[in-house]
Amino acid sequence: MTSATQPTANSDERVKEISSFRNALIRPELGGIVGTVAVFTFFLLFAFDSGMFNSQGIMNWSQISAQFMIIAVGACLLMIAGEFDLSVGSMIGFAGMLIAIFSVTLGWPVWLAIIVTFAIAVSIGALNGFIVVRTGLPSFIVTLAFLFILRGFAIYLPQTIERKTIIGGVSDVAEGDWLAAVFGGKIFTGFFQWMGDNGIIAVFERGTRKGQPVVEGLPMLIVWAIGLVIVGHIILTKTKFGNWIFAAGGDSEAARNSGVPVNKVKILMFMFTAFCATVLAVCQVMEFGSAGADRGLLKEFEAIIAVVIGGALLTGGYGSVIGAALGALIFGVVQQGLFFAGVESSLFRVFLGLILLGAVILNTYIRRIITGER
Amino acid sequence: MTSITKKLALAAAVVAAPFAVATSAVAEGEKYVLVSHAPDSDSWWNTIKNGIALAGDQMGVEVEYRNPPTGDLADMARIIEQAAASGPNGIITTLSDYDVLSGPIRAAVDSGVDVIIMNSGTPDQAREVGALMYVGQPEYDAGYAAGLRAKGDGVGSFLCVNHYISSPSSTERCTGFADGLGVELGDQMIDSGQDPAEIKNRVLAYLNANPDTDAVLTLGPTSADPTLLALDENGMAGDIYFGTFDLGEEIVKGIKAGVINWGIDQQPFLQAYLPVVVLTNYHRYGVLPGNNINSGPGFVTADGLEKVEEFAGEYR
Repeated sequence: MTSATQPTANSDERVKEISSFRNALIRPELGGIVGTVAVFTFFLLFAFDSGMFNSQGIMNWSQISAQFMIIAVGACLLMIAGEFDLSVGSMIGFAGMLIAIFSVTLGWPVWLAIIVTFAIAVSIGALNGFIVVRTGLPSFIVTLAFLFILRGFAIYLPQTIERKTIIGGVSDVAEGDWLAAVFGGKIFTGFFQWMGDNGIIAVFERGTRKGQPVVEGLPMLIVWAIGLVIVGHIILTKTKFGNWIFAAGGDSEAARNSGVPVNKVKILMFMFTAFCATVLAVCQVMEFGSAGADRGLLKEFEAIIAVVIGGALLTGGYGSVIGAALGALIFGVVQQGLFFAGVESSLFRVFLGLILLGAVILNTYIRRIITGER
Repeated sequence: MTSITKKLALAAAVVAAPFAVATSAVAEGEKYVLVSHAPDSDSWWNTIKNGIALAGDQMGVEVEYRNPPTGDLADMARIIEQAAASGPNGIITTLSDYDVLSGPIRAAVDSGVDVIIMNSGTPDQAREVGALMYVGQPEYDAGYAAGLRAKGDGVGSFLCVNHYISSPSSTERCTGFADGLGVELGDQMIDSGQDPAEIKNRVLAYLNANPDTDAVLTLGPTSADPTLLALDENGMAGDIYFGTFDLGEEIVKGIKAGVINWGIDQQPFLQAYLPVVVLTNYHRYGVLPGNNINSGPGFVTADGLEKVEEFAGEYR
């Protein structure tokens, strides 16, 4: 029998045929997609009538997820580039404190306070990256140092200047400021009022805001989160720079030899992570009107958890921004949803650990299927 | 792929199991959520947890304790929003930062949830956010009651050792004490700082310069413990009248030894227990006490120490 099939003219026998279905399914964010579907199914079954899916409830877990998303985008790109940033949480506290000190204590206009804070924060990110690149030390250690340094300053500065650890009164000085509204404002308020008037969402039953909808509008926090995810995704998957990020995290030596400016990429990613942390800090300060020295505690781990749930590899070179965003969504929905479902609150961490473990195991399987490694 | 499916099914079963338990454990009745600002690491709040659990059992209502795990107040604001969205009959919460928390609390009140403020905040702030009442220890009143007590014991002048002068509540404690005694506060309050050695030396220096001082008032373990050492050193221990706010291990020892005449306990148990009772009766029968409730000052003297020691960390 000599009936070996001959390759057709326009196909290459070195390239294995993969069905388009399999191709569409097997991607880094698959774990995140499966997880999201599972989590929503779960809470729809167990917590549907608990208020979790009324307008207030949805806004609640959306905001929590958006917070995670903002820092997860930065952490994701940095992790794909092969580095960690443990100073994210401290940066949130530190940047928030800077804004409060500049605008309330020193009396600067709020827009200037925000811009200067961004400049300082991004410079610290650059310093983080520069030290890592120049010394070759693990970013884990370098940014751990900044975790303490920045938190220390976030406590020391207000203690020395104002003799307290919470600086309030930001909402008064931010009144009418154009840049403050970009971070702390709400959009589509007319639409939400219309929904309230037409009984689609609940309205306040009493008090000074009687008749107004319980959800006033879409907070800028969520707009920022979605914006950062879209920008991050486009940069990572559609640009040359995105390929450089993958290359820098995959095998930095090989990347360097093929002409990728690895150091520049890594430093830029540290700066972007600091930028994301500051976005969250400004949103928080503008929404709540005060900065506290303890803001953002442990947020660096929450960012890393979201990224890992979303399928990124801790060692770098593999991951997706959409995955990280889904990871943040899962994290936020689970965190708030467990309370809606009436689970004993001290068990919250147990569930978090189980979900993290489950997600990592699932992601490992998916990655092995994609890359074919054993 | 089958192994993945199996694992998923198993994981789902594991995750679902406690839900089944939680759902069946739900009591028939009203639901109240207590939100605190304390991080998980703060053991003082254990008394609060036991307090609401006991009240929930006794009243036959469902109670839940929630707190931001790291003590981040921005997280606490979200927890209040979440609690409001879950539609409980009432929320009991602290008001530790008016800027951050007044918005979410106001929104909860406006969406039809009854709120009681406990522990932190002031009666005025509680009224402003639309809460039913405030349950806690108003610092001025506590100081005043302590002043009256000291006056009855023949005290005419005192030293207030203030270790957190930046906080208005600390000054209120000292002012209240002076007013209770019926004297001017004047120079009788010192800014002692937080460092134990500094506190000790400042107390020694003041008592050296003003040997006729009748009494010492400290505002918590931070200033009480070094003051105990100072009094030991200059021999005034047991001789000078000594009162303190809040309880701690050294303070309890001091009361036992007779060096400290009394400690003021703000009785956190009552701050958790009473709001549940008040809210339940309000929702069931429409009855509501006409004013704020003072959980303190409760005076702890050598006579009442047994109960304090027996229930320390549990209900005291």
